[in-house]
Formats: sequence, structure tokens, C-alpha cells
Amino acid sequence: MQQLVQYIYIVSAALFILSLKWMNTPATSRRGVFAGEIGMLLAVAGTLMAFEVHNWQWIVTAFAIGIAVGIPIAYIMPMTAVPQRTALSHACGALAAALVGTAEFYQRQPQAATELRGFVMVALIVETLLGFLTFTGSLMAMGKLQEVLPQRPITYRNQNAVNFVLFLIAAGLAVRLILVPTDTWLFPIFAGLALLFGVLLIIPIGGADMPTVIAILNAYAGLSACAMGFALNNNLLIVAGALDGSSGLILSIIMCKAMNRSFTNVLFGAFGQVQAQAHKAEQRPVRSASAEEAAAILESAASVIIVPGYGLAVAQAQHKIRELSDALTRLGADVKFAIHPVAGRMPGHMNVLLAEADVPYDRLFEMDDINGEFPQCDVALVIGANDVTNPAARHDKSSPIYGMPILDVDKAHTVMVIKRSMNPGFAGIDNELYYMDKTLMLFGDAKAFVSEILKELPARVGAG
Amino acid sequence: MPTNLELGLFVFMLATFVGLEIIRKVSPLLHTPLMSLTNAISAISVVGAILITGAEHATNLSKVLGFIAITAVVTNIVSGFLITDRMVKMFKKREARK
Repeated sequence: MQQLVQYIYIVSAALFILSLKWMNTPATSRRGVFAGEIGMLLAVAGTLMAFEVHNWQWIVTAFAIGIAVGIPIAYIMPMTAVPQRTALSHACGALAAALVGTAEFYQRQPQAATELRGFVMVALIVETLLGFLTFTGSLMAMGKLQEVLPQRPITYRNQNAVNFVLFLIAAGLAVRLILVPTDTWLFPIFAGLALLFGVLLIIPIGGADMPTVIAILNAYAGLSACAMGFALNNNLLIVAGALDGSSGLILSIIMCKAMNRSFTNVLFGAFGQVQAQAHKAEQRPVRSASAEEAAAILESAASVIIVPGYGLAVAQAQHKIRELSDALTRLGADVKFAIHPVAGRMPGHMNVLLAEADVPYDRLFEMDDINGEFPQCDVALVIGANDVTNPAARHDKSSPIYGMPILDVDKAHTVMVIKRSMNPGFAGIDNELYYMDKTLMLFGDAKAFVSEILKELPARVGAG
Repeated sequence: MPTNLELGLFVFMLATFVGLEIIRKVSPLLHTPLMSLTNAISAISVVGAILITGAEHATNLSKVLGFIAITAVVTNIVSGFLITDRMVKMFKKREARK
């Protein structure tokens, strides 16, 4: 049976790879989920049957609790809370890796000479270090996303130096433990430092950098599972961990490129302190409009591009915007959605919200695909997005967002922006777009305003 | 014969390259469900947690830590796959709706 389970592991690994491959397009994606589920089932069942497993009550109870908690999370959670849930699952995965590493460390002490030597110990150390720091880091991220923790970066003087020193101490302890695995009193200190480091690493990062942070934490959680594979000599774990890790890595790279900032800048750059002075200086006038005027302009538009952002999620306006899109389409307009890679609080967040609102996915366009269409578009409707539309990113070298790829909203014939007030967005700066002559500001709550516009659109909509 | 470590590193290298190639091709539309799916997949670490909790001479510490680990990771498995499925079901094309 032990032989058989190794073959089952190979089949599971193949299924995991296929599962991710089938996530290529929405058409095959459900198949992908299914393949992953089968792979997981086979591997777990195989393990339970093949190895001598004792203490069944513990295992079964743990499974029961896990299932009881997991099902409600999956179904009761609204789609707008997906980033928080994702951060939570990174925390769980990382915690599990860290705890298993800790348990292995203490369990193997009697045979330390043979069982905790060399690379196995290195793997255990990496597993616990990454596991604990990703655990607290992810909890911090979840707190920021849920807005239980302050959104603005929390910084103090010499912060990077403090973090660096802490890291050195933890690394030093790690090396010492690898060389002398029997110094068990060092381990809790090491674990505590890792936990602390996770907190300190994340608190200076602001709310809108969370897409990148979540992707990075994803990679770390995957790597800690991988390290468990090395420690326990389980190739399936190595494969699964590597897949999760490379997924996180690629998503982080995409996010960083989309914000034109490097990893180190995101992690250590404390981006987003409100530029108080700059803001006060700009009291330039803006053109604002009412729902009636907005509806009139939209009614006569032949092409409309809607630009959603985090604000849409906060206002829970995704269903209303879909109604608006339907209404405009019935009036003969061509309606598209332009999705910037870092819109929302996690990669792909906007897509999921709009899909939930029944927007067909062939109406959702990535930045690179749709930027060329803005010059011919009659109306660009920005709702809840700010920094990703700011033209300053193109030419203002002193701007914190300089160089970031943006949506060319300013090239549309008319621009309408739905916003609650003139307060700066995440980057803490003013958006040049708002002061342009062709821009109309629509002040109000996104959901309410869109409802108003819908009411004002001609009665033809109702009959159509 | 290569040692376990050498085989493991070999597997790691191959898996990383495979992972990078496959993930690169995932549609940006699906990045969110991708993340929840990869989380669910890496929850295969439940196998490690089961082995340590269920070891013949498991210490009490191992049993307790293993218990917590299994609970955490099974939550990931269950909610991960279910949420990914829920999200992925929502992506429809225009024709399908009519």
C-alpha cells in the first residue's frame, strides 16, 4: 500500500497541474476546479489508508471542525469580501505549515542526530520562519482590508533599520538551530521573532497596495508548504507548494508592473502618506453635473467605457452599474468595461464583482486591450477608480505615481467621474483628470447616483 | 542513486518551471479564483499534518499542534474549492445569458 500511495501522489500532482492549466479561460475553469478536488481527495484518502495512522479521534474531529467552518465561509461570504477571505486562507495555510514544522522539530528531538540533520533541519527552519511570518502578515493584511486596522501606512523612524535588525537576529537564531538542533530553548524565541516580523512587515503598507501584498503572501505560503515537502520527503507537497509559490510570484510581478513599483518599494516604501501641503494648494474649480445632465449625455453616446474601481465595491454598486450598462446597450450604445490590473484590493477582484453582477465576461477588457479605444469613445464613466486614471502618471516626474501604466480615460470625448468628494485617493495626491474641461464630476454615493441616472434615462428603456 | 534531497530539488525545479509556464497563461479575468484555487491545492499539506498527528508515538504537543494545523488546512481545502467553484460559475458570455 505504501508503494501504491506514491503512485497515487503522482496522479494527484498531475491532476493539480491540469487543474491550473484549465484555469486558462472561463470555459474550462470549472473542469479545473473539479480536477483539483479529485487530486486532493485521492491524495488524502491514499495517505489515510497507506500509513499507520493513530489518534483517529484527533484527526476526525479536526476534519469535522474544518469542514464546519469552511462551508459557511464559502457560501455566506459576499464577493466583496474575497480579498479578506483570501488573506485569511493564506494565514491558515501558513499557520499549518509552521505548526507542523514546530511539531516535527520537537517530536524528532530524541533522534536529533539522524532526523534533524543538515537539509531537513534547513527545510524545517524555512518552513517555520516563512509559516509564522506569513501567518501574522496575512492576519494584518486581512485587518487592513476589513478596515479594522488603519488603511494609511503606520510608520516610525528607522523602521526599516529595526526590521532589518530583527531579521538578522532571527536569521542568526536559525543558523544556530540548524547547527545545534538540540538547543530547543531557542526555538520559541525564533518562532516569536518570526511572528513579530510578519506584523512589522505589513503594518507600514497601505490599503491599496494590498493586491501586491496578497500575491506576495500567497507565494510565501506556497513556499512554506514546499519546505514542508522537503522536510517530510513528500514530493507531492513539493509540487503543490511550488505551484502555489510560482502563482503568487507571477501575480506579484504583474501587480508590481501595473503599479510601476518594485517589490522592495511596495514592502518598504511606505507609499500613501497624504501629501497634505500639495492638497491644500489645489483649490481649483471643477465642473460638476447632476444625474439628469449625466443621463442626457449618456443617452446620446454611441460608445461608453465604464472604469470601475475599489469605490464600486465599497458602495456595492456592481449590480446597479450592470443595470446601467444594460440600459445603455438597449439605447444602442456599445458599452465596455476597462479593468486596470490593480483596480480593487486583489488581482482580478473587479472581474469577479462584475461577473457576480451578471456582466458577461466578453464585455470586460484588460488595460492593454482597451486603452486604444478611449480616443474614439464618447463617454468614459469612472466609478470608484482614482489613481489609475490620473494623467500625472505620464508626465509628472515628481508625482508618486509617475510611470505607472494608467487607463487613458483623459482621451475620451467626455469624462464623467462618480465620487463621494474631492478627497484624494490612495496615493494621497490630486487627480489632474478632475480639473479638465471635458470632465464632469458627479458627486454622490455610487449606488445612489447610478440609480438616479437610470431613472432619468428615457422611458424607452423600460419598454425595451 | 540520487538522495531524497537531490530528487526533491529536481522535482522542485521542474514544478517551478511548469508552474510559471501554466500560470502565465491564466486569463487575468480569473486571477481571483486562481488565487483561491492555488491556496486550496497547497492545502495538500494536510497530509503532513495528518502524519504528524497520527504518528504512533506522537507527543501531546504534536497532537495538539497537529490538530490545529489540520483544522486550519481543512478549512482552506473546503472553502477554497467551494469558493473557486462559486466564482468560476459566475463568468458567463453574453449569448449564454439570453
